[in-house]
Amino acid sequence: MTTRNRPLSPHVQIYKMPFTAILSISHRITGIALALGTVVLGYWLASAAYGPAAYGHAQAILGSLVGKLVLFGWTGALFYHLCNGIRHLFWDVGHGYEKAEADKSGRMVVAAAAALTLLAWIIG
Amino acid sequence: MVDFALPPNSRVQPGKVYKAAGAKRVKVFKIYRYDPDSGANPRLDSYEIDLDNCGPMVLDALLKIKNEIDSTLTFRRSCREGICGSCAMNIDGTNTLSCLKPIEDIAGEAAIYPLPHMPVVKDLIPDLTMPYAQLASVKPWMQTQTAPPPDGERLQSPEEREKLDGLWECILCFCCQTSCPSYWWNGDRYLGPAVLLQAARWILDSRDEMTGERLDALEDPFKLYRCHTIMNCTKTCPKGLNPAKAIGAIKEKLIERRL
Repeated sequence: MTTRNRPLSPHVQIYKMPFTAILSISHRITGIALALGTVVLGYWLASAAYGPAAYGHAQAILGSLVGKLVLFGWTGALFYHLCNGIRHLFWDVGHGYEKAEADKSGRMVVAAAAALTLLAWIIG
Repeated sequence: MVDFALPPNSRVQPGKVYKAAGAKRVKVFKIYRYDPDSGANPRLDSYEIDLDNCGPMVLDALLKIKNEIDSTLTFRRSCREGICGSCAMNIDGTNTLSCLKPIEDIAGEAAIYPLPHMPVVKDLIPDLTMPYAQLASVKPWMQTQTAPPPDGERLQSPEEREKLDGLWECILCFCCQTSCPSYWWNGDRYLGPAVLLQAARWILDSRDEMTGERLDALEDPFKLYRCHTIMNCTKTCPKGLNPAKAIGAIKEKLIERRL
């Protein structure tokens, strides 16, 4: 029986992703965003070491509206990744696998990440 | 590897439309069709069904189409009561058994596809060679080294037996297996939720005497650890089982034996 020319059935195109799946892919996306954001952090620290002119330039970029939006997004990604990482730790010790529990812990993670992000910006 | 797009020969084309003349309560079923003899790409055919003249389940609608409208429609089915696992397919965006899925639970048009990310033999029939081979690889039968008691069976306490609840009920429909994005991207190396649930069923069986070997075989970055707790498996299981939890139990056993 030949299997060579068989088509592949549709997958992401048609699958209705449940809440837990959306949180899972968000964990990965925020992880990538954090890695990229670390480069920005490195640039900011390097500019401070380089001298007042370079630091002033970096402050101007990061202090602009676009810069602030990027930083806000980065803070949000940080807190989401952190909170969801803790959720993963609970799974790793065998808790929270039931459907209702996984949904509930997911809602808690989203709420906690939003609250921590806003808190960081209000305090900072 | 991750590939979001379908290969050129798999892209779904618009298909034929079959009208239901004179029907009052009409439900449209959009069904994935692939004819291996024609060489053409898969297509999505629309069938209008008169709900006043059709059984309550999606399988009833499929049978009505096959019997009355289009006899070429091809799908697997057998028991029509959720115990054989044959009629697993993607209905309204989620994998389930068509015999257990009430038509009235679907809002709007009902889209029906084969189980996702599998080679399609014809219409709603996926080629399940790979998951069956993976299932065989975990040796889903009792393995022992000692002789059984001469005067009876190998006994289990009620507590030991209880550990198999939620595992033995699996009917191997592969709804969970094909709902898992990790399995989509790494199906050649990741064993997938259905197969890992079967592995757990034997690892957790007090009568089995090859637990160590079973765990050795799974301690692998791909076979087991591609599970990222996405939970699509648990959300989609038409029998209400929890493959994600079973995979977690295997991971726990692997850690336990190191301590």
